[in-house]
Amino acid sequence: MKARVYVTLKPGVLDPQGKAIQGSLHSLGFSGVESVRLGKFFEISLAGTDAKSAESELARMCEKLLANTVIEKYRVEILP
Amino acid sequence: MSCGVIVFPGSNCDHDALRAVEQLTGRAAKRLWHKDRDLAGVDRVILPGGFSYGDYLRSGALARFSPIMEEVARFAERGGPVLGICNGFQILCEAGLLPGALTRNASLQFACRDVHVRIESTDSTLTRGLAARTVLRLPIAHADGNFTLDSGDSGALAALEDRGQVLLRYCDPGGEVTADSNPNGSLGNIAGLRNARGNVTGLMPHPERALEPLLPSLDGEPLLRAFLS
Repeated sequence: MKARVYVTLKPGVLDPQGKAIQGSLHSLGFSGVESVRLGKFFEISLAGTDAKSAESELARMCEKLLANTVIEKYRVEILP
Repeated sequence: MSCGVIVFPGSNCDHDALRAVEQLTGRAAKRLWHKDRDLAGVDRVILPGGFSYGDYLRSGALARFSPIMEEVARFAERGGPVLGICNGFQILCEAGLLPGALTRNASLQFACRDVHVRIESTDSTLTRGLAARTVLRLPIAHADGNFTLDSGDSGALAALEDRGQVLLRYCDPGGEVTADSNPNGSLGNIAGLRNARGNVTGLMPHPERALEPLLPSLDGEPLLRAFLS
């Protein structure tokens, strides 16, 4: 089974990297870019076929390691 | 007094810390390996600076799951003095032994220079016996020192301050806490913190690199003496 995990900064947490990327996009002429937030994306392969238990296991992985929940939130997607 | 210094793969200030302990106490510190499962009977623990596990994922995020960290957590729980310097501070935050998180410097640049910090609270194993509002000159060398708290918890900073958990703030040479003296964008200019009990402390500056007359500052000594006394 394959899953995708997205870890992104909580709203309100400053993202200096996102700001710098936004500035570079502007200087490349993409003047319509209003904001950029940088996050992390994980592709995870899991043994087993039960999507429900995979989802709860992935949530535990996020809580323990993949995200720092002081500043980040996460979203889990199980691929069909 | 016996002090242990934990060596993680990627630590690079472990030798500075080992040398500092020996210089200030006359007794060699014990090197503890990240895979050890006990603290070899030491009664002080230092987590040194560096780039443990390459700082993969987030600074300190992987080191906190080293086997020895379970023992560090138990030691802290019993009231044992633990000091995290730079990457060690990041590891303690990731481990939940200190509050908050250390994120990318607002400048996006690695900051490597001397800064000034002001002692805010003397109620900790790192600052006891020192005078509040003393200004120290210490070196910093980090990319992820921007102290942050959960943005959803607007009272979190005030709660830390009320409990006296803020130990050090970046300031100008005269001791004024200003935006210009903040090298990394840290909330409240916070450079060092303690846990609620005061036995676990962390700071981004490097006191162990400010002990030699050949170097610009000797101001690391009072902090490390307090911790080692």
